[in-house]
Amino acid sequence: MQGDAPVVIPGVDGSNLVPSVVALDPIPADGGRPTITVGNTVRKALIETPERVIYSVKRLMGRDLQEIQDELKLFHFQLANDVEAGEVPCIQLGEMKFTPPEISAYILRQLKRNAERFFGAQVTQAVITVPAYFNDAQRQATKDAGRMAGLDVLRLVNEPTAAALAYGLDRAKTGTIAVYDLGGGTFDISILKLQDGIFEVQSTNGDTHLGGDDIDNLMMAIALNEIRDEHGVDLRLQPGAVQAVRKAAIEAKIKLSTDAVAYFDIELVNGGRYQREIPRAIFEQLIAPILERTAGPCKRALADAGITPEQIDEVVLVGGSTRIPAVRLLVDDLFHLAARGKKPHIELNPDEVVALGAAVQAGILAGASKTTDEMLLLDVTPLSLGIEALGGTVARIIQRNSTIPASATEYFTTGVDGQANVAIHVVQGERELATDCRSLARFDLKGIPPMSAGLPRIEVKFLIDADGILHVSALEQRSGKAAQIEVKPTYGLTDAQVEGMILDSFDHAEEDFAKSLLIQARNEAETILAAVERAPQNPAWKQLRGEEQAAIEAARDRLVQVKQSDDTVQIHEATLALDQATRHFAELMMDAAVSTALRGKTMNAAGEELDENVSAPHAMAPAEFK
Amino acid sequence: MFKVLDSAVPVACWSCSVGHNDSTLFCPYCSKIQPPPGGDYFSVFGLKPKLNLDLHALEAEFHRLSRKLHPDRFARAEENEKQWSLADTALLNDAYRTLKDPLRRTEYLLKLMGAKLEAEANHDASPQLGAQGRKAPSRVPADLLEKVFELNMQLEEMRAARKAGAKDPALEAELAEDKKRFDGLLGAVDVDLRAEWKAWDEGGAVEREAAQKRMAALLDRRRYLSNLVRDVNETLGA
Repeated sequence: MQGDAPVVIPGVDGSNLVPSVVALDPIPADGGRPTITVGNTVRKALIETPERVIYSVKRLMGRDLQEIQDELKLFHFQLANDVEAGEVPCIQLGEMKFTPPEISAYILRQLKRNAERFFGAQVTQAVITVPAYFNDAQRQATKDAGRMAGLDVLRLVNEPTAAALAYGLDRAKTGTIAVYDLGGGTFDISILKLQDGIFEVQSTNGDTHLGGDDIDNLMMAIALNEIRDEHGVDLRLQPGAVQAVRKAAIEAKIKLSTDAVAYFDIELVNGGRYQREIPRAIFEQLIAPILERTAGPCKRALADAGITPEQIDEVVLVGGSTRIPAVRLLVDDLFHLAARGKKPHIELNPDEVVALGAAVQAGILAGASKTTDEMLLLDVTPLSLGIEALGGTVARIIQRNSTIPASATEYFTTGVDGQANVAIHVVQGERELATDCRSLARFDLKGIPPMSAGLPRIEVKFLIDADGILHVSALEQRSGKAAQIEVKPTYGLTDAQVEGMILDSFDHAEEDFAKSLLIQARNEAETILAAVERAPQNPAWKQLRGEEQAAIEAARDRLVQVKQSDDTVQIHEATLALDQATRHFAELMMDAAVSTALRGKTMNAAGEELDENVSAPHAMAPAEFK
Repeated sequence: MFKVLDSAVPVACWSCSVGHNDSTLFCPYCSKIQPPPGGDYFSVFGLKPKLNLDLHALEAEFHRLSRKLHPDRFARAEENEKQWSLADTALLNDAYRTLKDPLRRTEYLLKLMGAKLEAEANHDASPQLGAQGRKAPSRVPADLLEKVFELNMQLEEMRAARKAGAKDPALEAELAEDKKRFDGLLGAVDVDLRAEWKAWDEGGAVEREAAQKRMAALLDRRRYLSNLVRDVNETLGA
């Protein structure tokens, strides 16, 4: 946040977007461990060494073996061979294998570095956005990735809600908003009510298997089939060539958002050339079934919110795919916009608006400004939470679209004398049978005191927190004993596994950067310490009260102590603390005219405001007049 | 969660040690957030149990309390305050969700008053007590017996026709008529329910006891009717 407005931090290459492309670099000459590179620079590698590259890993997060195998049919990456059922599947990249959260962690680490470069200081906390329709396992995987990247994830925010935050900022609005978010891999529709800075989600729906990637894959498949039929070459056998065709398909898709016709023009290895004209009308016909899949979730979201399309005041479009004219027509149709003289909101860059909203949420959490202090996000859980009951049916305990945090309390007992454990199977979804829902976890309640069957009364509390993640606690009421709960996440990493996967904070390239931050911090510390050394010699020192002098000395001692360490953050904080402690003293030292202007500022700021002809490395150092 | 307001227990604030009764979310003296209070959902909003509620006022209070309790406001607080913020906000959200919907509000009040709804009385002695699967009550309201029998036959015919790919416009029209009729019956139940609300809010112990019994029966009837309407909608809409 810069003041009251969110701003996107550019990467080293000046680009605002870091594409979700991750590559295992070639093995270095010294035979050591290859590094990982993320983003724009890797796109070439996707075509040249596709077996070392993965993209859109978000589609694999929190998924089990079966689901990943289905997703992988559309992509070129391979599962590692030795995956067991029930374990988190690994993707093979070159000679190494990684779980999806680890790959995400590398992307997050890249973003972390971009931010650190921008601020010149360490960044350790983050707000991360997720599709609103992400289930518990997908959310947990995202938090795991954050942890591995060395980030304390303060909040997971749903993407459509984040977009609403970004739009709500410069429009003090009251009204009902629909956010239509068609990204690369997921589709979300959320309906919110805005009132006095409170963003209250009414309902949310979506499809976590639907996005721009499906359009790309369709166009790519058509091209590959035509190449095979017309030129007798099945490019599917050459992953690199497939990626080249995919790149061409994406470029054509983008071109068709502004032009009436685009072209495929691909050189084939055997010297042939695949050339094809794609008029926009044909393109729209081809992708119509994909876009049509967004209509159902929109209708269900409206029904769950209990409103008609006419009651939607504004529609916000999010995600690069909403640039496609056919998408805008569909949205207009679904919400009867043109008929009511309305247009969807596209003023903010659809690729950036979610990140901007996340920054606003971070501002709210940090209590950064009065504007954000008046804003509050009330989001909902997208899927019903249920327990598998006898006969395999689902007993719903928390309804979908319940405002979170939300809780439910259920009571259990034993079926057998002396039974010490009770197992609960928790699922997410709207279906009647547990097998048709998404298995979330099995909770084993252990340590139930021995009693006759049916006697224990175990109170189990289910709590969905503000991130949309489930927590469970249990108490056997007759004995008053808290039951130990062992959680076996159906698709996820245990805490121990995540710990073991935390990324090295720095690799060789970044050690230098970290070192330079440390040197800079130590230099600043030394400067202020030198000035404080000389302080008692200044007549103004005697004007200080006893406690002020003691406070300065205590802050100085602390800084001397931490300066020895390698902890850049602590050194920086101790320097600031000493600066604050000596503020009054600095004021006293200045002559009257200057101190009137600078009263209330810290010494660093005071130093900045001094006349340019005066230079002092520090406001307390003797000024050198040019 | 179902204790009645009157028996609120005195506690001391963890921060300033001044005593207050157990049903407050914030210490009245130092304003620090407190662990989830005892008391019922009505007390969260500073209300005594009643059925006619001003929904605008409820929403305003919900927003006001959300601004003060929400975990986003405690992102930089101590761990214990964070925990209580989470628990208190869950309580607030659960209470608002229950009280703002007329049916949930009625069911909740009846549960509070100890009345048993038929749906609960009939669950299995399975490992899970009080399973809240929304099953339809097994007993058909007497006056509907014939209509329901006829309707179920028509629905069966409809489904069979659909399966065979045939269309039966006459049957569809009949079913649409039935749906209108049942919607009307539902509307009548809602009117009766509102009347019982008034009786309960304004009556003494005896009137309340009677109103509770009647409301329980009305809710059963309503649940039955709405399941029927849902079945018709599904069959017609499919």
